[in-house]
Amino acid sequence: MADPMRIRAQVTGDKATVRVLMSHEMETGQRKDSAGKTIPAWFIQEVTVAHNGKNVLTAQWGPAVSKNPFMQCVVKGAKAGDKIAVTWVDNKGDKRTDEATVS
Amino acid sequence: MKHLITSAAVAALAFASVGTGFAQDATKGIEEYRKMLEDGNPAELFEMKGEELWKQKRGPKQASLEKCDLGKGPGVVKGAFVELPRYFADTGRVQDLESRLVTCMGTLQGFNEEEIKKTPFGRGEMANVTALATWIATASRGMRFNLPTAHPEERRFYELGKRAFFYRAGPHDFSCAACHAQENIRIRLQDLPNLTKNPGDGVGFAAWPAYRVSNGQMWSMQLRLNDCYRQQRFPYPGFASDVTIALGSYMGINAKGAASIAPAIKR
Repeated sequence: MADPMRIRAQVTGDKATVRVLMSHEMETGQRKDSAGKTIPAWFIQEVTVAHNGKNVLTAQWGPAVSKNPFMQCVVKGAKAGDKIAVTWVDNKGDKRTDEATVS
Repeated sequence: MKHLITSAAVAALAFASVGTGFAQDATKGIEEYRKMLEDGNPAELFEMKGEELWKQKRGPKQASLEKCDLGKGPGVVKGAFVELPRYFADTGRVQDLESRLVTCMGTLQGFNEEEIKKTPFGRGEMANVTALATWIATASRGMRFNLPTAHPEERRFYELGKRAFFYRAGPHDFSCAACHAQENIRIRLQDLPNLTKNPGDGVGFAAWPAYRVSNGQMWSMQLRLNDCYRQQRFPYPGFASDVTIALGSYMGINAKGAASIAPAIKR
């Protein structure tokens, strides 16, 4: 199973800044291993952010995104105590959801 | 004619200053890049993993590492990193953070210590040692290095480390000192800290473990030293061998008073 994400969500005024670190290999499918065989592509394809269960962001990612990616976004109207949930789905169908409380 | 020569000299001078200006801008550029990345340092992912591993019951003995003595008493993590390597009476050896962790994994959890030491970096239990070291280093973030030197073994390791640091060998006749005993020099765009004295806060010994952006790997001090030896075209040192720990003692004692920024982020 995939390792957990690190999510931080902090209020500034009427918005909350959400910062997410995801743990993922993000293989492009272009690299070869020491035996010369192509390492199959393995990357996050879709990222969604939900604020109290309501979807506020959907992103489509590809193999150009780095290993262990970092993403930041601003959620309008989020208050302290609100829940921010982040989900990613990779090209192997693996998925992971983590939740954080806005502070 | 005389006028021509002076103008040529002026041109040469101007060129030289443009050259150094470029180098300074480039190092500044790298620093800016590092600053930008600091906010989302993926080392935090390893830190989280390390914390979990510390508390988890694992190994043949199904025990956690919470009773592991890192030098400040069983289970004390905060401040341990800035006082390592140090002498441990139970093993009768000077140990650095990683070799100490392997000892604890052996004695408390029942893992085979020799087996772990032979595992390549980033694989199996070795990856867990790195994650644990990352988390333990984080607990001492901002604290200042203050390695103990009261025990004769600690002083002996400092002297051994100094000798290893200046020991020239290999096909390139290199030593650690070839790159790390002068001020203001660099390899390509990487500044090389002078490790024969305190290089300052968060530089050199005070910056590792660190996340390498270029290869997406978490690098511990043992791996850092392993790669330094590779770059010098020396044979690879054994994991947690005396020479690696002695170099840790040498750099750590020299860095006395420097604030730790580990886990750092590197290019």
